[in-house]
Amino acid sequence: MALLQIAEPGMSAAPHQHKLAVGIDLGTTNSLVATVRSGMSTVLHDEQGHALLPSVVHYLTDEQVEVGYKAQAQQSIDPQNTIVSVKRFMGRGLKDIADVGHLPYHFVDTPGMVQLQTRAGIKSPVEVSAEILKVLKARAEKSLGGELAGAVITVPAYFDDAQRQATKDAARLAGLTVLRLLNEPTAAAVAYGLDNASEGVYVIYDLGGGTFDISILRLSKGVFEVLATNGDSALGGDDFDRRIFCWVLEQTKLPPINDKDTRMLLTKAREAKEWLTDHAEARITSVLSTGDVIDITLDSDTLTGLTQHLVSKTLSPTRKALRDAGLGIEDIKGVVMVGGATRMPQIRQAVAEFFGQAPLTNLDPDKVVALGAAIQANVLAGNRSEEDLLLLDVIPLSLGLETMGGLVEKVIPRNSTLPVARAQDFTTFKDGQTAMSIHVVQGERELVSDCRSLARFELRGIPPMAAGAARIRVTFQVDADGLLSVTAREQTSGVEANIVVKPSYGLSEDEITSMLQASFNSAEIDKQARALREAQVDAQRLLEAIVAALQKDSALLDADELKAIESQMLALAELAQGTDSQAILKAIDTLNHATETFAARRMDASVKQALAGQNLNTLEF
Amino acid sequence: MLKNHFELFGLPVRFAIDLDMLDQHFRKIQSEVHPDRFVTSTPAERLRSMQLATQANEAYQTLKHATSRARYLLKIRGIDTQEESNTAMPPDFLMLQMEWREAIEEAEDAGDVDALDHLLHQMRQQAKALHEALHVALDEQQDDSAAAEIVRKLSFIDKMRSDIEQTIAKLED
Repeated sequence: MALLQIAEPGMSAAPHQHKLAVGIDLGTTNSLVATVRSGMSTVLHDEQGHALLPSVVHYLTDEQVEVGYKAQAQQSIDPQNTIVSVKRFMGRGLKDIADVGHLPYHFVDTPGMVQLQTRAGIKSPVEVSAEILKVLKARAEKSLGGELAGAVITVPAYFDDAQRQATKDAARLAGLTVLRLLNEPTAAAVAYGLDNASEGVYVIYDLGGGTFDISILRLSKGVFEVLATNGDSALGGDDFDRRIFCWVLEQTKLPPINDKDTRMLLTKAREAKEWLTDHAEARITSVLSTGDVIDITLDSDTLTGLTQHLVSKTLSPTRKALRDAGLGIEDIKGVVMVGGATRMPQIRQAVAEFFGQAPLTNLDPDKVVALGAAIQANVLAGNRSEEDLLLLDVIPLSLGLETMGGLVEKVIPRNSTLPVARAQDFTTFKDGQTAMSIHVVQGERELVSDCRSLARFELRGIPPMAAGAARIRVTFQVDADGLLSVTAREQTSGVEANIVVKPSYGLSEDEITSMLQASFNSAEIDKQARALREAQVDAQRLLEAIVAALQKDSALLDADELKAIESQMLALAELAQGTDSQAILKAIDTLNHATETFAARRMDASVKQALAGQNLNTLEF
Repeated sequence: MLKNHFELFGLPVRFAIDLDMLDQHFRKIQSEVHPDRFVTSTPAERLRSMQLATQANEAYQTLKHATSRARYLLKIRGIDTQEESNTAMPPDFLMLQMEWREAIEEAEDAGDVDALDHLLHQMRQQAKALHEALHVALDEQQDDSAAAEIVRKLSFIDKMRSDIEQTIAKLED
């Protein structure tokens, strides 16, 4: 039929072709990329056979960038231009970073998100993260032999809106299509649950390099339902290293040391920590640039004592999550350990004591998140596997509005299942008032100043009327990525304004666009060519999606409706062969609009289908 | 036409519902409409999917908890439960409230988590009895004003339970 012809010229992907999709664990210390090959989730290696890519970016003098092991080797030599653990700065302001004094970087205090002064210029954490993602993308495309259709990127469950948005921006900057932002513990649960065919309530204890998450999930017949999540987005293995580092300084009574020595000693501290996983003692030796010699032995009992408060800092969020889920320790069927830091024996012991059972460690704690993300990427890209997987995740931190006296009124409580929306009505408090400002915050505290400010915006154009007469409905929608969008609608006296507000922290759309442009060599691809390419890709995606939908459900349309959609498709397919990107975008819009009724009918039909065959007469209390 | 929450899950419009069935049907509906199923679909379908999945979550939360289920059922029947405006309570319930408040304060001052747990248990018992009464008022006698009063009582108990839970959380940290 005509539709298949539409899809053919220049449109390679047949509806059932396997799409190349990957899962990316963008970690504080290490990052990984994995994919599902022949039904198996596998981590992809670099040419040297490394699975892990150290999350380290080194800016060189000749405008080159090194990422990974090469960059890691530079961290003691060129600390100011070698960015380690950049994830800790994602979506954070300077005041959010606790240990600025200990870090060798030149921070630039920019509103919303902090930036770093390097020899390659001022870099946003988003740009630094994008360098890591670019390397993983290239690794995957080389290994899979084609362009990626999309990626699932994992984030700590406890990441707030600003941190999530920053991660998504970084992926975009790296040229990745983000299928979904997936919470790390949920990804781990997918890998673990499918591997072990588990049913029941499980706890995922995820201590990474710089973040801690605790998630409680109910696993049942392929549905992974997050009941509660909690954590600390500024607590991780790095803190254990710093504790050892401080202990060395205390013991050796050294005067303040320079950046290079700091970086070197932190590395020594990490090596000692890792050594103590399997040994009783670790010797730390080093010659500083001042000529001072360090030679000191750390035993595992001392380490346990030094880091006891860090371990107990993980148990408080654990208790809170259990309470939010309404569960006791006796309800927990298993505890899964995720993140390299959970290799530390004192952590395993503390978790075992808390839950009264030995934690499950049969999957590599460094890889389990990437493996789970790859499984979900495979499902989302449309390579539907046998098992019907459904992830129901939650928002980790409450969303609220600033009210009188700097207090927060909660609008969406934490641990609400995503997607979630709440509408709130506002009115004017002065006669003739035509504008009002709204401040959205995220966090659990009562004072606005103790929460994360997400967006401040003005509603303008309210028709002047008596105080209290205007009715403005503001809707807060959090999507499946955990990202917020706000819509405001003034609905009195026939005047109806509709605006969409995106959170105002971090990078603006313009900044991202100019970074994207800067990242391409302007001699090769100019701005227009890029816009055309993007429009063509969008057109192709839309056409493919409609072809697939029509193949399944064209019976839901009458002959005229079908004809109308088909002629719009032809129009778009023709325009997409040309070079007018504006015309293509317009045709995409028209075609999308033309399919709205079809979309609604398809969805309603699937809802009906879902409950068909149920005997509704047998329901009793 | 938007369906009401009961209809969305194919459940009878009444207070007493089969909670296992609610769970099952919620999962079935989400399996069909969740945005994860529409990542590569048209923008129109992605939007519709997010709206339906949002509604399914909202409906599930409302029906899962007895107080909100009763409140919602009354709303369908055109009855406002007046939880903010109508604070008149029968004297025996007021007495009970005061006793609870005192007990909470005492336990909080003494840092006695066990006593707070015991209070929570008592409130759960009280709530259970009120759920039975709601079933009778809403499903059998169609006595909406009696049901609205029970919802006001339950809403009070729910608030107190969450206060106690927060107090316990504070004491345990």
